[in-house]
Amino acid sequence: MSGPTTSPKDGAAAARSGGTDATALDADALRRRVADLLTTHDPATTDRLDFLRARFDAGLAWIHFPEGLGGLGAPRALQQVVDQALEAGGAPDNAPRRIGIGLGMAAPTLLRHGTDAQRRRFLRPLWTGEEVWCQLFSEPGAGSDLAALATRATRDGEGDGWIVDGQKVWTSQAHLARWGILLARTDPDLPKHRGITYFVCDMTDPGVDVRPLRQITGEAEFNEVFLTGVRIPDTHRLGGVGEGWQVARTTLMNERVAIGGARVPRESGMIGLVADTWRRQPELRTHDLHQRLLKLWVDAEAARLTAERLGRQLALGQPGPEGSGMKLAFARLNQEISGLEVELLAEEGLGYDDWTLTRPELVDFTGRDAGYRYLRAKGNSIEGGTSEVLLNIIAERVLGLPPEPRTDKDAAWKDLPR
Amino acid sequence: MTTPAPPDLLYSETEDDLRAAVRSLLTDRGGPTAALAEAETGRPYDPDLWRSLATGMGTAGLLVPERLGGQGATAREAAVVLEELGRSVAAVPYLTSAVLAVRTLLGCDTARPEVAGPLAALADGTRVGALAVPLPTAPGGAPHGTVRGGAGLSGEITSVAGAAGADVLLVPADSGLYAVDATAPGVTVTPVTPLDLTRPLARVTLTGATATLLAEPARARTAVADALLTGAGLLASEQLGLAEWCLAETVRYTGGRHQFGRPVGSFQALKHRLAALWLDIVSARATARNAADALATGSPDTAVAVAVAQAHCGEVAVRAAQECVQLHGGIGMTWEHPAHLYLKRAKSDQIALGTPGRHRETLARLVDLPGPAG
Repeated sequence: MSGPTTSPKDGAAAARSGGTDATALDADALRRRVADLLTTHDPATTDRLDFLRARFDAGLAWIHFPEGLGGLGAPRALQQVVDQALEAGGAPDNAPRRIGIGLGMAAPTLLRHGTDAQRRRFLRPLWTGEEVWCQLFSEPGAGSDLAALATRATRDGEGDGWIVDGQKVWTSQAHLARWGILLARTDPDLPKHRGITYFVCDMTDPGVDVRPLRQITGEAEFNEVFLTGVRIPDTHRLGGVGEGWQVARTTLMNERVAIGGARVPRESGMIGLVADTWRRQPELRTHDLHQRLLKLWVDAEAARLTAERLGRQLALGQPGPEGSGMKLAFARLNQEISGLEVELLAEEGLGYDDWTLTRPELVDFTGRDAGYRYLRAKGNSIEGGTSEVLLNIIAERVLGLPPEPRTDKDAAWKDLPR
Repeated sequence: MTTPAPPDLLYSETEDDLRAAVRSLLTDRGGPTAALAEAETGRPYDPDLWRSLATGMGTAGLLVPERLGGQGATAREAAVVLEELGRSVAAVPYLTSAVLAVRTLLGCDTARPEVAGPLAALADGTRVGALAVPLPTAPGGAPHGTVRGGAGLSGEITSVAGAAGADVLLVPADSGLYAVDATAPGVTVTPVTPLDLTRPLARVTLTGATATLLAEPARARTAVADALLTGAGLLASEQLGLAEWCLAETVRYTGGRHQFGRPVGSFQALKHRLAALWLDIVSARATARNAADALATGSPDTAVAVAVAQAHCGEVAVRAAQECVQLHGGIGMTWEHPAHLYLKRAKSDQIALGTPGRHRETLARLVDLPGPAG
């Protein structure tokens, strides 16, 4: 099989992504490695999991990771070369959407803050999907103000471990997860940001109780997780005691990256659905709805172009502050467009497809009917940072406006009003 | 619904250099403060500034091929010039002469000396032109037949931007497109008091005016429609630059202005408004760049790109200017502070070359989202 020829663009992208080493892998070298893997492990006759493990061991899982941890220390921009070559060769993928929290949040944090032993233990089954991860951060009393979290981790009197007690909420995948990345308070006498430690929690521990959290759509994407006397060995601590907030910043930065910046075609997502309805059912049209639809169409197109521009900047290694705005823009658009669609549908908008409590493994904001989309979109301005907090972040970090005066930053956590 | 090939929405190094040069010139000449002083002179524009910008830097000929006496650049570069002109509310006839009049001439037969002559003069900035249509005219809405040809041209055109101060008027008439010398007998240009003090408006009255035919009616219609489309698309960049100044100046002011013992910019009520405005401007930039790139590359998506940019940027610029006035408090309401120049320009720009609502109506046709029947 002859691979496609290398375009000069690949080389330029490699140079920009930090491939300054003269021996850095180029696209051709990567395609050769993919070809070798496909020869030694023919996807047609190899068990899916065996293939994924072999891919990881060949350094073709996430090529920007170090050798021995599923990567080759190669430029991240060349990952698509590997993915395309593997797809063309009929290779199975690791169902990345199903293990998004592991790939997008736990893995970068393990890589940056984990010990060698932790990386070797956790990264391979995380990437292959053998072990699903969840995120135990938010609590009923700590949403936007995550650093106020109250789940306690205390030293296990008998040994070198920790005992954890508390309650986490909005935990997707907790019912499927083998491991959770956990933030817990280890020193209540310190100011809130300084008394937190980051752990890997074994979700099969008998003290972990996962309960579905039913939401306004009727389904339960998320869970509440009750932690009672959960034992965590000290070897499952990520970073130093009291350094959990700094470690968590790695995780949260990657969450924002994961949410913003995707490329979208014109009329994709919610606006495409309502435009289809508009074209298909002329009897529903009114002048008022027409004006509002056109405004939203323009807003959606403007947001699409903004994402397009951001994507180009990222590809050139010039990330702009625009990324922090995309989530805000799409939250507003999703809510307004789905609201308009329910109104447009009139009599049909009075109905709802199904209130049965289900536990979807994947979430599709544009899935199901307009009523579902309208309700699910309400979460878009809350999950992953409320729109109000994101506006503060833009005002302070992008525009450089002065912060609000705060009384909570330097006080001991135990003295804060709750 | 097809998605066009990915446009180039970023700024090239050449464009960044051009921007730096134009901004430096405008800053040297005093920026918005000078714009206020200039507006009070009653002159249609500052001839020294125009000479430096148009002739000295060669920006008047950006849209004109080199063989016709221009710089052989594209709408992308002209857009960058307009961003900076919007940022400084400079009163120069760039949009009216170097974009609208130049594009109109480019739509005619440039092999003919009566077209090539004025085109070269506009391209090097030694003469100033104006397309004699009412400023609110949207692309596709060019009025024809108000002026009648014959032995001379007769008729009246209202609200012509840049006519006061223009050397040559490009006049669409029932029998074609004509060039009329502004000083010719039978030509009266009567300035009207404009809302926007930085863009002169005038009523053009023709009474048997001597005129040179530039294009027959069919070609004239295409040329004017193309010029209006280009003008509308590039106006979005002026609106972008204007909005950026309003945001930057308001952030600067609210960060330093103290009330209740704190900078007023530390209050969430203000921060959220400014952050929301920043978001609007980020998306305005994407739509304005998209329109400029479509015009530069002759994309089949140009009509949609221009309508989206105008529907969006017209509103964003007005919102930015209104927020600028409001968040400056009392000082924003004074004549002394330049905020009012931006508000007046933004509000006039919203009407110029089609209101946002008119551009949305255009989109309804272009992207097949028709209104209710009847």
